[in-house]
Amino acid sequence: MSKAVEALSARIQARFSDSVAAHTAFNEVTVEVPAEQLLSVGQALRDEEEFSFQELLDVCGVDLLTYGETEWDTVSASCTGFSRGVDRPHKVKTPPQDGHRFAVIYHLLSIKNNQRVRLKVMLDEAHLVVDSVVDLWASADWYEREAFDLFGVMFKGHPDLRRLLTDYGFIGHPFRKDFPLQGNVEMRYDSEKRRVVYEPVSIELRTLVPRVIRAEHPVKSVTEGEG
Amino acid sequence: MPEIRNYTLNFGPQHPSAHGVLRLVLELDGETVERADPHIGLLHRATEKLAESKPYNQSIPYMDRLDYISMMCNEHGYVLALEKMLGIAAPERAQYIRVMFDEITRVLNHVFWLGAHALDIGAMTVFLYAFREREDLMDVYEAVSGARLHAAYYRPGGVYRDLPDSMAKYEASKWHSQKEVDRLNENRQGSLLDFIEDFTRRFPTYIDEYETLLTDNRIWKQRTVGIGVVSPERALQMGFTGPMLRGSGIEWDLRKKQPYAVYDKVDFDIPVGTNGDCYDRYLVRVEEMRQSNRIIKQCVDWLRNNPGPVMLDDHKHVPPKREEMKGNMESLIHHFKLFTEGYSLPEGEVYTAVEHPKGEFGIYLVSDGANKPYRLKIRSPGFAHLASLDEMTRGHMIADVVAIIGTQDIVFGEIDR
Repeated sequence: MSKAVEALSARIQARFSDSVAAHTAFNEVTVEVPAEQLLSVGQALRDEEEFSFQELLDVCGVDLLTYGETEWDTVSASCTGFSRGVDRPHKVKTPPQDGHRFAVIYHLLSIKNNQRVRLKVMLDEAHLVVDSVVDLWASADWYEREAFDLFGVMFKGHPDLRRLLTDYGFIGHPFRKDFPLQGNVEMRYDSEKRRVVYEPVSIELRTLVPRVIRAEHPVKSVTEGEG
Repeated sequence: MPEIRNYTLNFGPQHPSAHGVLRLVLELDGETVERADPHIGLLHRATEKLAESKPYNQSIPYMDRLDYISMMCNEHGYVLALEKMLGIAAPERAQYIRVMFDEITRVLNHVFWLGAHALDIGAMTVFLYAFREREDLMDVYEAVSGARLHAAYYRPGGVYRDLPDSMAKYEASKWHSQKEVDRLNENRQGSLLDFIEDFTRRFPTYIDEYETLLTDNRIWKQRTVGIGVVSPERALQMGFTGPMLRGSGIEWDLRKKQPYAVYDKVDFDIPVGTNGDCYDRYLVRVEEMRQSNRIIKQCVDWLRNNPGPVMLDDHKHVPPKREEMKGNMESLIHHFKLFTEGYSLPEGEVYTAVEHPKGEFGIYLVSDGANKPYRLKIRSPGFAHLASLDEMTRGHMIADVVAIIGTQDIVFGEIDR
């Protein structure tokens, strides 16, 4: 498997030369595509015999705003005892791509060659627009609506870019990292007004387990089988 | 002459054949569907966002609640993603147990689907038959995990515990006489594996019973043959996977093509349809139940002869036994660290997919090296299938919408997530 993955990565790199960056990790191919070339690269990957990625399995957004932030300082906290509340976040790592807050990820599958590839398009917060791939793969329709709903990414050329999962009249994009987990409003039935009312949320976020990044990961293959 | 206009019909969200909370806005021309606009999200619980605030292991129970009628397959996809990133693999016995339970889950799902689908288009009896079999299989779930539905049984590094040596038995009560209870307990005298083996012996005749009721039934055929036809090209375009894709004649099954766990060591066939209509998809799923039964049998035989560990002996990721903790300081520290902080994954991203009863269930996991996921995206098969409802129902009669919703095997837990 691993050799085929390397070969696919090299083939994609050779086919599109410098305009894309293909690399492999965890036995998977990731191709970084500039937003303006997404359609042409997608078209080639779908139609050309050696790739034939006829199926688009998934489109999703990623918000890199808090990438690498922790709530605990692992070095000093270990020697100051137990009174360790959750610190408000500080960054210990930077995202792999500086300056871009959002990414849109496409997972493609080639049934003919039994291969997968992941396309990654990086986007700025100021210009959160990418071409819609709905004309290449019809399945992109709802996936792009979902990414628009949850992250606010605009897909140029999408026939019907409405919200999909959130409530009618919902404000905000809930999967962005600056959207609080408990939300902004809560809803209840008011028996005096005899209708449902929205109020600012009353619950407070509690962190039960702080987010921690350890410098070393004790990762090793323990038993048989591939990693 | 009065002007004839299309009218819009609101279907659901509380409709018995909507399979959950589906709101469908149908534009009708007489009784013909012009456009179907599904409104989803009424069961949206933001599972993916919740997972971002929890250590990895605490999200396993959330996976059960995605597709709540094929629980363990969801867990399998998730733990495979964790294992891939950690670079660990479960012991072989655990992998056989996982395959066995994946197939039990597939039977559970298909039996439920068949009952509900038949009920939707007018056959009541199959539903009652289907629940008789589900009862046995949910007892199997209960025996192994303590829960009849939301098992949380798979863990990164194996499964929570080994198969039990005895089955729970019925007890006599006001409602059940001793004689009746003795009859019910007949196949529960041995171990769990004996019970499952007994089930695999009985199950083919049960499938025959369903088939006698449906396969050549004139009404059933009138409601399903030629309804919701999808060509292979369109099936790929619309992101179909699983039985929906195989019903259209494309031989694609991750268990064969990209085998995970021990699927490469068991023997089974992939059924494929030819016409891509509701009837073919019905036939595919019924044959899948027979194949699942074959796989379960093989797993039972293997598991009988090969005792061994079901969990890795690696206490950086797997909690130590209670017994060890009492006498060993190191185990106590491992336990404390795992339950207060969890384990961290290396930085990177992975996508793992399993052949879920409904199609390809994928987990896309982004980690920044912390003890919680940075981003978890669940690729649920039903989402892509429901997205195609508009295209599949267009031009059909309004009663066929129900047949098409049924054939897509919709469960809202996984679509809304």
